[in-house]
Amino acid sequence: MMIREAVDSEDPDRLYTVTGGRSRADEPDLDLVTLIVSETDPVPGMQSEHVRILRTCRYPTAVVELASELNLPVSVVKILVSDLLGSGHVSARHPSSPRASAQLPDAAFLKKVLVGLHNL
Amino acid sequence: MDSTISEAHGRADPAGRTPLRSTATDGLKIVVVGGFGVGKTTMVRSVSEIRPLNTEETMTQAGVGVDHNTAVTDKTTTTVAFDFGRISLNEEMILYLFGAPGQERFWFLWDRLFAGTLGAVVLVDTRRIEDSWYAIDRLEHHGTPFIVARNNFPGSEEHSLGELREALTLSRDVPLVDCDARVRESSKRVLITLVDHLYALSTARETVS
Ligand SMILES: Nc1nc2c(ncn2[C@@H]2O[C@H](COP(=O)(O)OP(=O)(O)OP(=O)(O)O)[C@@H](O)[C@H]2O)c(=O)[nH]1
Ligand SMILES: [Mg+2]
Repeated sequence: MMIREAVDSEDPDRLYTVTGGRSRADEPDLDLVTLIVSETDPVPGMQSEHVRILRTCRYPTAVVELASELNLPVSVVKILVSDLLGSGHVSARHPSSPRASAQLPDAAFLKKVLVGLHNL
Repeated sequence: MDSTISEAHGRADPAGRTPLRSTATDGLKIVVVGGFGVGKTTMVRSVSEIRPLNTEETMTQAGVGVDHNTAVTDKTTTTVAFDFGRISLNEEMILYLFGAPGQERFWFLWDRLFAGTLGAVVLVDTRRIEDSWYAIDRLEHHGTPFIVARNNFPGSEEHSLGELREALTLSRDVPLVDCDARVRESSKRVLITLVDHLYALSTARETVS
């Protein structure tokens, strides 16, 4: 998923404060459209970004929607979500589509997509 | 957008978002790619169930074309902004539609952002065909299936789709359609054309293997 030779170091100040200085190494395998769901309410003393994620994810919310909502780069949001996954405060619903670009979903799956689009 | 403000209004959901159903389990991606002002956001807006949202991704690349004698500037920071909308296809499947700029720096982030994308729509403005060449080349390089949609700006119909196909040196296998990105039915047609194409590719592969 990552570009191999890339080294991550985003806008230093904001990334450092929000993530406590962690970087890409801790980033889990989260897709833009992995749906995040809260498993608990926020607890007192929690970091404000974590609180906002838990509030937003009372309903399933894609990682990219969280990034937009929190106004943070996607990779920063992935780190924040991974904290909450680690502590069991949220769960993740991963996309079923194959990750490799050369692979296609099967025909039955695509049929469902077509039905959904026709019903729009 | 500030959470304290929405809380003051007593909303359970920040910023008045339209939440997904609790049964939603599977997120899908389709990318609309094209040059500046070609109508990407318009297309996303016309089919999305939510107002298009913006976000960005940042990446620092080390060691691209580095002169090893200069110790300082061996990193370039790439930031790309993109917008997206959403379509609930059924109880479980949610299609996210991304509007992505086709310029060069964007492609550094393609794998990170769009691995697992079902396919892409290359949106073309015939007044600026050059913008589309690069996108088509990159999609072929990444092995992402795509179709091409000509957005009907004034004057675009002076040339036939056949002529456009030639100008783009587009293979016969790649569907090429007309659209008006402002019109929901038209944008919906474009998405259906893409998924029909994917369906054909997928069934062809299943018969072979
Ligand atoms: N006539 C006509 N105008 C269109 C059509 N689609 C979009 N436009 C207009 O073209 C302008 C640019 O559209 P956008 O959707 O903002 O284009 P974009 O690709 O998102 O632009 P950037 O994100 O700035 O690169 C807007 O004023 C639209 O109203 C179309 O099909 N026909
Ligand atoms: Mg736009």
